[in-house]
Amino acid sequence: MSAVIGQPLPRIDGRPKTTGAARYSADIPLPGLTYAVLAGSRIAAGRITRVNAAPALAATGVIAVLTHENLPRIAAQPPVLPSLLGGPSPGETFFPMQDATIHYGGQHVALVVADTYERALHAAGLVEFTYEEEPAVTVIDQIRDRTEVPDSLFGGFVPGHSSRGDVEAALDRAEVRVDATYHLAANHQNPLETSATTAHWEGGRLFLHDATQGPNATQHTVAALLGVPHADIRVISHYVGGSFGAKASIWHHSTLAAMAARHVGRPVRLALTREQMFTSCGHREEQEHSVSLGADRQGRLTALRHHKLSPTSQHDDWAETSLEVGAQLYACDAYEGVYRLGRAHTMTPTFMRCPGEASGLFALESTLDQLAGELGLDPLELRLRNHADTDPVTEKPWSSKGLKECYRRGAELIGWHRRAAGPVADGDWLVGLGMASAAYPAAGPVNPQRARVRVYADGSAVAQAAASEFGTGVGTAMAQVAAEALGLPVERVRFEAGDTDLPNLASAVGSTGAGMISAAVHRAAVALRDQLIAQAVADPGSPLHGADPGRVGLSGGRMVLRDRRDTGESYAELLLRAHQPDAEATRSWAPPQGEPTHAMMTFGAHFAEVAVDRDLGLVRVRRLVGAFAPGRVLNARTAKSQLMGGMLWGMGQALLEQSVMDRRAGRWANPSLGDYLVPVNADAPQVDVELVEVTDDVVNPLGVKGVGEIGQAGTAAAIAAAVHHATGRRVRNLPIVVEDLL
Amino acid sequence: MTTQKPVTRGTDTDPPLLRGPGPVTVALKVNGTTHHLDIEPRVSLLSALRDGCDLTGSKRGCDQGTCGACTVWVEGRRVLGCLTLAITCEGHEVTTVEGLADGDALHPMQQRFIDADAFQCGYCTPGQLMSAVALVREGRASDEAEIKEWMSGNLCRCAAYPHIRTAILAARDDMAAHDREHDA
Amino acid sequence: MRPIGYARATAVSQAVKAVSGDRDSTYLAGGTTQVDLLRQGVFGHATLIDINALPLTGIDRTDDGGTRIGALARMSDVAADPAVRDHLPLVAESLELSASAQLRHMASIGGNLLQRVRCGYYRDGASPCNKRAPGSGCAALTGVNRNHAVLGVSDRCIAVHPSDLAVALTALDARVLTATTTGERAHHIDDFFLEPGDTPEREHPLEHGELITAVEIPDTPTARNSRYLKLRDRQSYEFALVSVAATLRVEHGLVTGVRLALGGVATKPWRARQAEGMLLGGTADAQTYAVAARAEMAAARPTPANAFKVELAQRAIVRALTSLTPAGGAA
Repeated sequence: MSAVIGQPLPRIDGRPKTTGAARYSADIPLPGLTYAVLAGSRIAAGRITRVNAAPALAATGVIAVLTHENLPRIAAQPPVLPSLLGGPSPGETFFPMQDATIHYGGQHVALVVADTYERALHAAGLVEFTYEEEPAVTVIDQIRDRTEVPDSLFGGFVPGHSSRGDVEAALDRAEVRVDATYHLAANHQNPLETSATTAHWEGGRLFLHDATQGPNATQHTVAALLGVPHADIRVISHYVGGSFGAKASIWHHSTLAAMAARHVGRPVRLALTREQMFTSCGHREEQEHSVSLGADRQGRLTALRHHKLSPTSQHDDWAETSLEVGAQLYACDAYEGVYRLGRAHTMTPTFMRCPGEASGLFALESTLDQLAGELGLDPLELRLRNHADTDPVTEKPWSSKGLKECYRRGAELIGWHRRAAGPVADGDWLVGLGMASAAYPAAGPVNPQRARVRVYADGSAVAQAAASEFGTGVGTAMAQVAAEALGLPVERVRFEAGDTDLPNLASAVGSTGAGMISAAVHRAAVALRDQLIAQAVADPGSPLHGADPGRVGLSGGRMVLRDRRDTGESYAELLLRAHQPDAEATRSWAPPQGEPTHAMMTFGAHFAEVAVDRDLGLVRVRRLVGAFAPGRVLNARTAKSQLMGGMLWGMGQALLEQSVMDRRAGRWANPSLGDYLVPVNADAPQVDVELVEVTDDVVNPLGVKGVGEIGQAGTAAAIAAAVHHATGRRVRNLPIVVEDLL
Repeated sequence: MTTQKPVTRGTDTDPPLLRGPGPVTVALKVNGTTHHLDIEPRVSLLSALRDGCDLTGSKRGCDQGTCGACTVWVEGRRVLGCLTLAITCEGHEVTTVEGLADGDALHPMQQRFIDADAFQCGYCTPGQLMSAVALVREGRASDEAEIKEWMSGNLCRCAAYPHIRTAILAARDDMAAHDREHDA
Repeated sequence: MRPIGYARATAVSQAVKAVSGDRDSTYLAGGTTQVDLLRQGVFGHATLIDINALPLTGIDRTDDGGTRIGALARMSDVAADPAVRDHLPLVAESLELSASAQLRHMASIGGNLLQRVRCGYYRDGASPCNKRAPGSGCAALTGVNRNHAVLGVSDRCIAVHPSDLAVALTALDARVLTATTTGERAHHIDDFFLEPGDTPEREHPLEHGELITAVEIPDTPTARNSRYLKLRDRQSYEFALVSVAATLRVEHGLVTGVRLALGGVATKPWRARQAEGMLLGGTADAQTYAVAARAEMAAARPTPANAFKVELAQRAIVRALTSLTPAGGAA
């Protein structure tokens, strides 16, 4: 069993984060720094007919005003591709201020640079635009009769239509059938740190301090858009103040900051305002799900049809992938999943935590809860009866599963046996229980991931890779991974990241970060260990001289003979003797190519205890229990924190979060943290996170399946099921609000 | 219904001294150090701290008083830096997260936040800490329910809330023990 | 935020004179509304007169047993004041359910009463809004208006008055004391907040430069059996969907004293006088409360999105009164 990996060590960046020393991308002090503020379009469709920059230019301290009339053209527009692919990954195939056309409300129409933040902010409001407005289409009700099923979406990786068996026939024949339609509000990620980039050019080289889930993604995207060699762009991102998908793709402001810095010849800090976070980095789209389930009287699923309808932008076919896990989660011979898209005057939707699964599982799991009711079955028993022992799509074995154990442990923790007795009255409150399955694909990168590990002659070590830290605790976990492979105490190992000068990685998105970065770090550390052992056995001055390298192991921070542990030496002794200040190794982990042998998915189960005020309709989540089987856990403390965060995100999705579109104006009507409600401390109940151990030898070298999203997959369905249990009301929209329960 | 009475309060009849709207010199005492800043009166305390004093621990999460990431103390009271004008703080003691530790020794609240894993991305953490220490001093940390309510002005999008409560309960006891030692 | 001049006043008369003499100037107290809306571009004042140094922070007993709260007392200090907690728990409760601890440390009592509506169309600085730009129209009438008012609305404005404190003060018949260049005035709380009618830009009867100096709350013996019930989507740090300020006295199963005011549902803090009239002398039970609540809300003019408030307000009234009814109720 591993000594260091998995240990619940405290975060190594605890001190900088609690003392204010941690510098985020808008915290970088630079001589001559200027401040850029964007202005957004007041209309959602049409064109700009006139720009008057004079009032802004006349304002004190203003250095430049850039609009479509004077912003340089981009060199090329890369296609929309997930940043997991490792290449350019713009959030949409549209770049602002290239012409007068307006495609969505809030579209960047001006960028003002001034010598102070206040002056830039004020002047951004002084640029005058005259518009020719056209009717805007922004919501599902307006696109219903003009939708299409795209061949593919999500950068071409997901088909618009997929099926197995004859779902219509199976539904017709089903002994029991449930049809239900759900509406989910649009959501915005709203990390506490608004997206920010500090840009400066030095000697023709561009330096970007960027809030991003992948420094290399920023580098590749900005390079493509500006036509600047990759080699001339260095992206630094040591601390990112949360992302949740908002910083998974590279949005316009990063490139605009670089353009502005070049234009004014000084460093530029561009931080989006909170309002701009609603129209600058995508969103989770409004969506309607229609689910039909067919089953026999014993509750075995015979048909599963899941259709999704959602608006996308004028320029990209994008919907979050809500249907994929549902196709794989239960044994069912007849399946059909269909995405329908309609063009709207919004940004291209994008990733938002648990992108697709959080919405798709709400619809699917809510329908299962209803089916259980119609069959008179315990909802948990219904899941067990449809457990997919192999992947129903590919018929391949799972790389690892653990779902039944998750059900068992979660049920035990919440006291699921209480459910059968019906809801409990507690004063004005009716208390109910609900559950749902959790599933999230254990995807991986497609190209090699690199890391470098170096041991110094004093015995300390550093592992390096261009990962960014946006709250995952990557620095702590990777220090543990390197320490274990090197056999060093973790205090002697540091993980250095957040810089494209370090070995490159794809972005940490879709819960892939821990798996792929640990693979690269592990490979490099093992290679360095083997290299040093080889050096020792070849060194006549080493106690290990002449030994079979295969018989040399690590113990107490030293290389030792496995069968004679008192014979050996430390890396430091070896290096000092050789007058070597350090030794290092860089290695890549190349993900397996070709047809995978296994289906790969992370599983879990959610249980919720919810109270509803019988008269006032208020909903209060009293307790959440989640049991998850995410494979190898690199750090139990930080992993549990992420899972807890995901579960509370699910609670926010279930009860609070909605981006409301004013369809006349084509603008989000609540673009602030006062109006877009995210959970506050008072909303957060006790959360119990249970880790179910499964060993996975397939997904990546350390068997890490990731914890970033699975916590949110299915939470909203469990809460909605508990509301139903408490009140008998089946709410089919998110968020569930007071008026649904009066 | 209104009634008319003569004004009796106040004696100063000269108009008050007008400063600005251009930059004026503002003396801002932060964490015991006085900074002389040439800033416009419209500059918020948050901007003055970040851009003028290079104390970037206080964060701009919304600039609208809706997130709490800019929470600092003015005369020991937790307030929002984004809705406070810097110029109004002349003559008052401002304390930021950078002033919480005693040299290298972390404040018990900082240590307990680390111990309880009460943050993930860390962006809201300075505001949470300044709010949390003030909360204990206000006597509003008696139990989880009270902490929940009285810490609700600090959003944490990573949703570390349950851990934040754990940290505060522990630090509250540390702070009480520390105060007892000093009293003794 | 436009460039602004700043001056710190040291006396009430000085401050009043300065602002009264300059229409582009205004007062700066806690700043929680002022700084926010200046930055949003909703306000465009050129000069701020900082009144925080004025001696208006006292909380005192008046000769006739009432309570006088200085306009610059902070929300948190008023809520924590032992006399307020003892005599006027409704006021303390309404304050502690407002905003956040930080904002309560900053915001003054006078400023709380003058805080502006949270209507997104008012705050965005650009949408049609008769309150911000008279005559420009009201985007909320047919726009996103779930949180908007159902009582006291006009076809010019349906924005809800956001203050919790003002709802409690309305239930307690408070008076707002002010200073002008010519003297002092006192406004009964009912007259202090104006329904939008045809002039939604006019929210209160204050002249430009008229400064709130204090709020006076008369001695209200029944106010000790009181409750401020606030309903919202989030469990804290949010404005009310519906709030109820209620005081109740029950003798021999009959209502012998009641005060009822509503927040979150009306364009001004809403004194539910019709319901009060029906309750007085009636049986102290849920059925009586429900009938009175229904009558009060009969005048509601909801939109499709906020129609739920009509029902929710009635249930909240019943809940608040029921919780104040002594055990055994009308028995």
